[in-house]
Amino acid sequence: MPHILLRHRDIPDIKNIEVYKQNGGFESLKKAVTTLQPKQVVEEVKASGLRGRGGAGFPTGVKWSFLPDNLWPHYVVCNADESEPGTFKDREIMTYNPYQFLEGVAIACYAVGATEGYIYLRGEFYPIAEQLDACLAEMEKQGYLGDKLFGTETSIRLKTHLGAGAYICGEETALLESIEGKRGQPRLRPPFPAVVGLYGKPTVINNVETLTNLPYIIEHGAAGFRQNGTEKSPGVKIFSLSGNVANPGNYELPLGTTFRELIFTHGGGIPNGRKLRAIMPAGASSSIIRVDDAVFDKVMDTPMDYENVQSVGSMLGSASVILIDDTHTMDWVINKTIHFFKHESCGKCTPCRDGNYWMLHLTERIHAGQASAQDVKLLDSVAAQVYGKCLCALGDFSTMAVRTAIERFPEDFEKVKA
Amino acid sequence: MSIAEKYTDEIQAIFAKYPVKRSAVMPLLYLAQRAEGYITKGAMAEIADLLELDVTEVAAIVGFYSMYHDEAAGKYRMQVCTDLSCALRGADAFLENLCQNLGVKVGETTPDGLVTVEAVMCLAGCDKAPMFQLQQGDQVSYHENMTVDKTMELVEALRKSSKQVDE
Repeated sequence: MPHILLRHRDIPDIKNIEVYKQNGGFESLKKAVTTLQPKQVVEEVKASGLRGRGGAGFPTGVKWSFLPDNLWPHYVVCNADESEPGTFKDREIMTYNPYQFLEGVAIACYAVGATEGYIYLRGEFYPIAEQLDACLAEMEKQGYLGDKLFGTETSIRLKTHLGAGAYICGEETALLESIEGKRGQPRLRPPFPAVVGLYGKPTVINNVETLTNLPYIIEHGAAGFRQNGTEKSPGVKIFSLSGNVANPGNYELPLGTTFRELIFTHGGGIPNGRKLRAIMPAGASSSIIRVDDAVFDKVMDTPMDYENVQSVGSMLGSASVILIDDTHTMDWVINKTIHFFKHESCGKCTPCRDGNYWMLHLTERIHAGQASAQDVKLLDSVAAQVYGKCLCALGDFSTMAVRTAIERFPEDFEKVKA
Repeated sequence: MSIAEKYTDEIQAIFAKYPVKRSAVMPLLYLAQRAEGYITKGAMAEIADLLELDVTEVAAIVGFYSMYHDEAAGKYRMQVCTDLSCALRGADAFLENLCQNLGVKVGETTPDGLVTVEAVMCLAGCDKAPMFQLQQGDQVSYHENMTVDKTMELVEALRKSSKQVDE
């Protein structure tokens, strides 16, 4: 099956605007702007069942419909801050298939009546931002952005904004703060960005992969989009596969593809004759799935969609599937994840800021074999006290691996001082 | 020379991007970093003036974001990802061997001032570990599927090209 999002794998030069045009490029934007009302675009995307690909899985069309039509201007902001450990899909889209992505951003702008859109890239994506700036200039030159698009009264302009190294800016309200020139710290909600967003105006924030689906949905309609995936999780998804696997990389597959197909058919299985011990399907923020002989088939036959991954005690998130083989123990794994979250906690909420500080102390001590059994209990208790007590999800995310590691891999936490 | 004099056109383009002046702070900090390799106190004061902000607010932004540096380091910052996915593919051992070969510890700079080695958080290069980014001023490049040998060759090439520029 040809790719829908990673089309550069079938059409290598698609990052060239002429090649993109020869392959149907900008036809969807033209169709939307010249033949559809903005509300019709919103309805089509709602009907497609497209869900946010950044991790939360919220229905995109529904999100758009929250924007009030008596407050203007509206903004579209694209979240290209891709920073979850294990996630590297947006980078591939923007690097190799930039015009499809930008066409998607423009369609979103048209749908919600925004004349301006910002693309917020993590600072490390400096070369990608340079390339996107060149693409935007080319689109403006050829009349796909700017004023009077396709001879209509529609105006759309897009701009890039570079972050500077902060995972928290992938959180949508922190991202808005960052564009406004402030430290990237989450806002209290409500009000939600759909009403009070960028510069206090109604704002839609969508992930890169989400937006890259839009040209396909406009071209093929909601029914065409639903040819892939499941009833509740339609479409294809890019699975970022990493860790102890023979062929790490991005795989574009229908939602609902099983772990077995991703890991063994596409990923080539676990290298060096080792056994798969654990899966983190949503990056460092995952609850850890234990894979031992008793549940191996059950886990492997689980379809990877927003509903079914929950049935094996985790979540799909942004589908950044990290595989861990039997040479690693979970005390090491959570020491890594907590090191990350402690560094990335923005410091605004005390439970997250101080909780991660103490969790790091405890995981270091446990991993070094210098902890008492009481320390393991204390770690679990600190995690429990962080959970649900912060303004944004980072605090919760930091606890997922910790609590499930202790619960599901008790033998890894017995290496303690007598 | 002040940043405003050095990058007049770029600063105009940055201001034109946003409806609010303050939004220019991050791009302006990158310009300051390009100028000196790090963000000096003087640059922070100038940016605060340009944006009508208190210098403390600008310093708070410099401190918050990990890609801004308020102290000089090597000409290049070699930032190795040692997060979970990369660590599962040997990033910790790579970093340790690299440091041994360069004769530095993590966070230190080679004696010739060329490279500062740092361990950083996930860079979205998980499938091509070991990997690192090279940061120089406001520029970044990725180096993936690296070995210590390949990295040492790269360092040699950087050393040669810096010498040529200096001469």
